[in-house]
This record gives sequence, structure tokens and C-alpha cells, in this order.
Amino acid sequence: MLHIRNLHASIGDKPILRGIELTVPDGEVHAIMGPNGSGKSTLSYVLSGRDDYTVTAGNVSFDSVDLLAMEPEQRAQAGLFLAFQAPVELPGVGNANFLRTALNAQRRARGEPEMDAATFLKLARAEAKRLHMPDDMLKRNVNVGFSGGEKKRNEVLQMAILKPKLAILDETDSGLDIDALRIVGDGVNALRGPHFSALVITHHQRLLDHIVPDRVHVLAQGRIVRSGGPDLARVLEAQGYAQVIAEAA
Amino acid sequence: MPADTETLDTVRDLTEGGYKWGFETDIEMDFAPKGLTEDTVRLISARKNEPEWLLDWRLRAFAAWQTMEEPHWAMLGYPKIDYQDAFYYAAPKKKAGPASLDEVDPELLRTYEKLGIPLKERALLAGVESRNIAVDAVFDSVSVATTFRETLAKAGVIFCPISEAVREHPELVQKYLGSVVPPSDNFFAALNCAVFTDGSFVFIPKGVSCPMELSTYFRINARNTGQFERTLIIAEEGASVSYLEGCTAPMRDENQLHAAVVELVAMDDARIKYSTVQNWYPGDSEGRGGIYNFVTKRGACRGARSKISWTQVETGSAITWKYPSCILQGDGSVGEFYSVAVTNNRQQADTGTKMIHIGRNTTSTIVSKGISAGRSNNTYRGLVRVLPKAAGARNHTQCDSLLIGDQCGAHTVPYIESRNPTAKVEHEATTSKIADDQLFYCRQRGLSEEEAVGMIVNGFCREVLKELPMEFAVEAQKLLAVSLEGSVG
Repeated sequence: MLHIRNLHASIGDKPILRGIELTVPDGEVHAIMGPNGSGKSTLSYVLSGRDDYTVTAGNVSFDSVDLLAMEPEQRAQAGLFLAFQAPVELPGVGNANFLRTALNAQRRARGEPEMDAATFLKLARAEAKRLHMPDDMLKRNVNVGFSGGEKKRNEVLQMAILKPKLAILDETDSGLDIDALRIVGDGVNALRGPHFSALVITHHQRLLDHIVPDRVHVLAQGRIVRSGGPDLARVLEAQGYAQVIAEAA
Repeated sequence: MPADTETLDTVRDLTEGGYKWGFETDIEMDFAPKGLTEDTVRLISARKNEPEWLLDWRLRAFAAWQTMEEPHWAMLGYPKIDYQDAFYYAAPKKKAGPASLDEVDPELLRTYEKLGIPLKERALLAGVESRNIAVDAVFDSVSVATTFRETLAKAGVIFCPISEAVREHPELVQKYLGSVVPPSDNFFAALNCAVFTDGSFVFIPKGVSCPMELSTYFRINARNTGQFERTLIIAEEGASVSYLEGCTAPMRDENQLHAAVVELVAMDDARIKYSTVQNWYPGDSEGRGGIYNFVTKRGACRGARSKISWTQVETGSAITWKYPSCILQGDGSVGEFYSVAVTNNRQQADTGTKMIHIGRNTTSTIVSKGISAGRSNNTYRGLVRVLPKAAGARNHTQCDSLLIGDQCGAHTVPYIESRNPTAKVEHEATTSKIADDQLFYCRQRGLSEEEAVGMIVNGFCREVLKELPMEFAVEAQKLLAVSLEGSVG
């Protein structure tokens, strides 16, 4: 599914990623944990193609295709989804309209027929209900006036509708209360299956209580310094990053 | 919702094309000699078999025009216009006016077909389901066909070319023509009075709600032809009407002059909704060619509680000089101005409104959305004037500008004059850019950059677009996306 080899990336002259090695096989959920400034969000942006970052070395293959050669929309159309840490507001753009346009752009790119408005609305309402989102969130403008928790749930709703092959969740748990955390966790778990992989970026163990990862990686100073099973998250929570990173060094 | 999908489709279709409406129709034309003299005015009047009073009116306007100077206070730059180097009258060569659609030159009908105007009543009915639209199509200077005349006549509504109204309803035309925009109002209005060739006339009698949307498409076809149409809409006590004007012009290297005048009169409790979708040829990316659009549009809310609402989507023309205004004379009358103006490449627009509060408790609302891209310049210029007797007058103005790229300009020039202490006038203005993170967010969901811009811009204009009749809102959304094509990346 996703193979990252020796990935180096910088913003301007400043190197952030310094040789990431990571493989996420089909059907697996991997967690990336690490202190602030370790490069977690940079990794998510580089994978999704944001142009503020320069890849200076390495390569990434996604479904055996060179991911780094693709435009952001092509990556999305190929099945890569980023749940943003800070979802962006689009004033005047209805949420349902936005989502259907996005879904149909992806379907077109894949040579699938577009989904009509009625079918889409049924799907969107059903998914919104599962995420305990009121119907009116579909009518409201994309993320405008949404609370922090609503924005995150809206990201999960988009993910549920777009059904990506690989979801990158960039600190989706930040700012969520316990109930919302469970709802987000349920949303990700509902997608789990042999053709869905996820990269869950988080500071905290608590999201991983809901989304139990197959592997946990510790990112420090732009490198993965330690990998392990789900238990590693609990070790981190108990001992703190400093000690784990020190041990790895 | 399907509208946005269509917007995107259009963007895709248009990636190969340029200006979609850039075809010419090859029809034999009857021109007046080039240039503008008293003789030109007399010739136009004679060709149209006008009564003496109208010729006199034209000649007075022409005399006034000769003493006037072209205004240059707008934020617009263009080479000097040679008014003697244009044709002022062009008509398709035909023996007499068509009595029915069957008599109309098929080439003309095909032109309208290309434009997507549902001229044939059948197509009209099939195309718009329950809503009927009557179309008065103006081809260069002569109105060629008017549909749905009978249905309208039954309701007592008069909807016809203004040249016909001059013959059939002279008392109405004489009473109202120039009563809102007098011949000496401004340079371009005076020019229009002298040489106007055709346009629409609408009269809605007392208590009648017009049974269908009225629509006129204007099109400049012949080379070097100025188009000077004249529209007059009168809604008597308690009457209401919704009118839409759409404009296209073929692609040309030369700049073509367009100076229209639109007058609206609303009596007690009358309502007039006037919507414009303007996509005249904007010139090429280097600013060659394109229409010079100098338009005077003004509505008089003469009666108590009357309401005039202007909605405009301006995407075309190389130069736009246009300020649809309301004179709020009747107590409790309401004026509205909803505008989207898009400029791309080298286009320049200086547009806005004037709200003149004269009566008591008059209210006005101004919502202006300006979008600038390329190397274009987009200016909102608006006046809110509250006269001493306009106790309780209220105005709310909102001006939002959106910039795409870093070589365009957006300017807001509001004039507020209040001479009544009880008046409340509010002005809000914002300027924003399409943020990189908005574009990236959309692209991460699978939209191309152009689709993303189309979506963000349509969102930005939502407040105005929702004021348009449904069918035209769809058209307008397409136009927005098309006009901004190539503005990013």
C-alpha cells in the first residue's frame, strides 16, 4: 500500500523530515506519535502534496505508483485522504454540495459514473447519522461557524463518504471531548477492512484506545526512531517521549 | 446543487475554448453611414417611422450631447473613443418586420439557438418546466421576435420592442420616456437618447402580477456597431414584474461601444425585479478588443411602499461603467442592489449603485461582490444619499472584494451623505484573497485547482446569486467559473 523510503523534506532551507522509512501494508492502521516539532504534520502534508514543502530526497509509492509525482487532486483521486488538523472554512459553499462535488470529481477521475443528488443525499444523511451529526451540518457552509469538535467530525464524515484507501488523520483527536473521541474512533473503525489503511498521527494514547493500531511509530527530529505494537503507545504515555527517544538513540 | 456540477462541467468544456460565444452571424445588414451628425439622428428616426415629438426629443438630446464631455472620474483607462468612427444603425435586411417566428430569418434563429435562448415557445415550455419566460430578442438594432405576447396581453401586460411601443402606445412612452433618466443626465445617456435604436418596453397595469418572467437578450453582431438600447419598464399601483436581461457579443478585435439606458418606474406597492447577466466579449488576455459598456440604469420608486431590486452579474466587457440606482421617493419604498462583478486579464470595471432616499422610512440594501483576477481592476463606487425629509431612512451596504493573484486591483469608493439625523447608514467592507489553504483543502478532496476556484468564488457570491431567478443563477455560476478560467496556477 504505502512505502516511504528515505524521505527527506524541508520548508525553505530548513530540513524537517530526515530520512523516513515506513511501510503501511493493506488493511493496517499505523499510529505515528512524537513530540511537537518532530515532523508529524509535515509528513502528512508531504504525502498529500502541499506545495510549501520541498522533497529533497527519497521516494514514496502508493499502490505501486509514484505518489510524489502526482498533483494533490490526483493523490486524492487515487484514494489518499487527509483529515486536516485545522479544517479550512469555505464561506458560502454548502457542505453537502462540496462533498458531492468532491466525490464526483473522484469518481470521474476513476472512470466511475457520477452520483446523482438524491442518492448522494441519502448516503450523506446515513453517514452523518452514524457520526451523530445533525442533518443541518450538511446544509451549513463547509466548516464555517463549526466548533472544533464539529470540524473534526466533519472531516470524519468526509472520509466516510469518500471511502479512501489510505486515510491520514493529523491530530484528529486534538480538541475533542471523550464522546467525540469515541465517535471519531467509531468512524475510522467502520472503514477498517482489507482495503483500508490509516496513518493516525497523535500526541496521545487516548485516541488509540478507540482506534487500536497494528503498529506504533515514534517520530523524533524527522526520523522514525522506534516502532512497536500497540503497547508502545502505552509505554510512551507512561514514560514520556524523552525517555523513549533517549533509549532509541 | 446541480448548478455547481454544471459549473465544473463548463470549466472543463472551456479549457480548450476561449470565449464560447465568439461566433459571428452572416446576415445581410442595412447600415446607416458611419459617423454621428444630426443627419444620423434624423435617419434613425426616419427608418423607425417615428413621430415628430420623438425626433425632436432625440435632436434636443443630440444638441445637449454635443455640449457635454465624456466623464473621466471613474477608475478606468482606455484610449480616446472616436464617436465618428462607428456605425449607429445596423439592421438585418428584411422587407418588413416579422409577423411570426416562422418569418424570422432562420440564420438568426440559429444564432439564438447557439446562444441557448429558448426563442421557440415549444422549446421554452419544454426547457423550463412550470415556469414560463417570455423572450424579446434584440439582434443588433431591431427586435426580431417577441414570444408569449398573447398570454401577456390577456393579463393586460404590454411587452414589446420599444420602437413598437412608440407606435402602439405613444401616450405611455411619451409620459415616461426620459422621466427617470433625462436626456441631459450624462454624456452616455444623452448619446443613447439621440441614437437609441431599440430595446424593450414593459407595462404592467394596476394590480397585475406579471404571469411570467420577462427576458431580453441583447447581442452585438455587426462590426463597429455601437449598440444603444433603451428599456422602459412601468409597474402601476400594486403591479409586479421580474425582468431579466442577458448579453453576449461575438469575438472582435475592435472595441465596440455600448451605451444603454434603462428606466424603471414603480408606483404605490409595485415591485420590479431587474436582473442582468452580462457577458459581453471582454477582450483577449492582452486586453485587445472587447466591449466598452457605459450604461445608465435607474429606477424610480415613485409610489409608497414600492420596491425596485437590481441584481447584476457582470463578467464581460473590457470596460464597465455602470451604476444601477434607485430613487426612493415614495414613503416606505425599498431599493436593493445585489452585484457580482468579475474582472480577469485586462478588464476594468467601475460599478456600483446610487440610493437616493427622499421619502420617509425608505430603506436600501447594497450587497456588492467584486472579484479581480489577472491584471484587472475592479472598483465598487456607491452613493447613499439621505435627503432632509427622509426621516427613518435606513441603508445597509456590504462590499466584499476577492483577489486572485497579486497583479489585480480591488477598490471600494463609498460616498455617504446623510442630511437627516434619524437616518441609519451602515457600511461594511472586506477584502480577501483566495487562501492557499482553501485551494489545498479542495484539491485534497479531489477537485482540480480550477474547480476549486469556481467553487470558492461561487461561495463568495452566494448571497447575490440566490437573488437571481433559478435558471439564470445556473447560467451565472457557469459564467463566473468561465470568466476566471486560467486565473490561477
